[in-house]
Amino acid sequence: MRLITHNMLSCNIKGVANGFPLKIEAESVIEKEVDFNPDFLRHMFAKIEWKALVEAARSLGYSELPEDSPAAAAEDESLLKKLHHALLELHLEEGALVCPETGRRFPVTRGIPNMLLHEDEV
Amino acid sequence: MWFLCVFYHRLLDFRKPEVEALAELFGEDESLLQWRLPEHHHNDTPFHFVHLSSEEIARNIAKRSILVKGMYELWGQGSSYEELKDSIQTFPDSRKLPFLAPDSTFRISVETFGKALTFDEQRERINSLTYIPFQGKVNLKKPDHKFFIIEMDESEENNGLQPILQRRIFFGREVGFADRKLLPTFQLKSRTYLGPTAMDAEMAFLMANQAKATSGKLVYDPFVGTGSILVSAARFGAMTMGADIDIRVVRDGRGPDCNVWSNFKQYGLPMPVALLRMDNNLPPWRSGLKEIFDAIICDPPYGVRAGGRKSGGRKILRGTVDPYTVPEDKRSDHIPSTGAYSLVECVHDLLHLAARMLVMKGRLVFFFPVLRDENGSEVKFPEHPCFKLVAVSEQILSSRYSRVLLTMVKVEPYSEEVEEAARLMHLEFRENHLKWLEEGNIHSSVFKPSDSCQVHTDTKSFKDPKPKYRGKYV
Ligand SMILES: C[S@@+](CC[C@H](N)C(=O)[O-])C[C@H]1O[C@@H](n2cnc3c(N)ncnc32)[C@H](O)[C@@H]1O
Repeated sequence: MRLITHNMLSCNIKGVANGFPLKIEAESVIEKEVDFNPDFLRHMFAKIEWKALVEAARSLGYSELPEDSPAAAAEDESLLKKLHHALLELHLEEGALVCPETGRRFPVTRGIPNMLLHEDEV
Repeated sequence: MWFLCVFYHRLLDFRKPEVEALAELFGEDESLLQWRLPEHHHNDTPFHFVHLSSEEIARNIAKRSILVKGMYELWGQGSSYEELKDSIQTFPDSRKLPFLAPDSTFRISVETFGKALTFDEQRERINSLTYIPFQGKVNLKKPDHKFFIIEMDESEENNGLQPILQRRIFFGREVGFADRKLLPTFQLKSRTYLGPTAMDAEMAFLMANQAKATSGKLVYDPFVGTGSILVSAARFGAMTMGADIDIRVVRDGRGPDCNVWSNFKQYGLPMPVALLRMDNNLPPWRSGLKEIFDAIICDPPYGVRAGGRKSGGRKILRGTVDPYTVPEDKRSDHIPSTGAYSLVECVHDLLHLAARMLVMKGRLVFFFPVLRDENGSEVKFPEHPCFKLVAVSEQILSSRYSRVLLTMVKVEPYSEEVEEAARLMHLEFRENHLKWLEEGNIHSSVFKPSDSCQVHTDTKSFKDPKPKYRGKYV
């Protein structure tokens, strides 16, 4: 699971109000190189919850992202590179996403988050 | 500029929409694109004239398309070779001479539709063109310019088309043609990980074209299965993302080298940005997330073979008010039971997802099952205030059932007011659909694997009420 995915997901158990961002429990993290596509990153930058991304990257051991959402990221090549690395090249292979409100763990196995709810959660 | 657009004689309903979608992709002005039929031709003919603003756009469309056999600059046409000659001679020299220059190479080929010509007959036709001042050298293998004589007879027996009243001959310069070499490379037979409802390669590419998948775009399939639709989008350069409720399909596959990932690896395509397990009835997208996907393409789970499931099944099945509680010790590896997912609900969720998550002008491309109407009653397709339906392409599966590929474009941003209008539209659709369901349980019968070859052979064996005209089966 890449951090772009993490940035899109929340805990949607019935009644949960603050299911985002999910905390990351990392057991196994890997890095894979991906082609750099600035257009795609510019599009994504506008959609990203910056704070959640910074936090998530840190929990996978990457702390190069600036704390505050950069104003002109779209023109800043070196920042786009960092964003690229954080969003697309870091993978949570094994671990879990944990709901900040209820503590419910959504397991991530072989890179696939299991976001399906139990019968009593819907 | 008018071009002669010659199509493959298959998937007839998909042909013009493909060209239209690609025209938009390559930046054609929507209001400029026009279609015209040759004299006496019926809409199902392989020959159409299309108006586009440049040769470059025509070439790009043809190259990327699956169903365009060729795009030609038309130099002349007629119902006989004499008429053809007159017509070519009136085509302006300024348009002809640049392609006839002495330092260029060329080739002339003869194409026929619904008839075969011997080698001698072909040569005779080519030799009749002496009135065109070709100065270049002939090069059969790699010519600079390719010219075509395209001939079609009035006989209708061989081609399954409605009768054309008149013989037609075209002469033109090729501008571009489809790269169908993609199809053998991507055919399902060679796919490592396959499921019963994997989308056949040709259809998957057509879907990706309807979705205008291209580099820098993000394409999502909420019912990803083995990923066959996303593979085609990735082949066209798009980033992909997929989800499925079935963890065995989306994560496990048949082992480490036979799963959704390996289907991308096999062709050297970039891996999906994400694969997830989730229920599209209760998607876990964070509430503030909007307009993130450029296209959503899918074959939703209608019917028995890949029956739709959704979470919370036990509750529904038992009909109890008390929630079923998963025992603490079983929670971690618990496999939630799932309930049936009706077509109406599935379509509702899909439209809702698309309304919220597609960028403006983003495209939703999906299959929808229909009962073939014998009495001409109109099929009601699902509607949503955020979407405009831009293409409807029917693929006939049997004497009773078809599936229709719907292409919708997001024309209104998603908002609270829209939500209410959408709810009303949905209720109406639901009511219509329930009425219609009483006539036959369609969504349990329609969805079969979409192998077009199979569909093709099937159609020969069943008794069609109108056996003579089989246009839409091809
Ligand atoms: C017709 S198949 C699509 C097959 C896919 N195009 C492929 O290439 O294999 C429908 C898929 O939807 C999944 N599905 C069924 N109900 C679902 C739900 N509620 N949410 C998400 N996926 C679901 C099924 O597991 C199945 O894989």
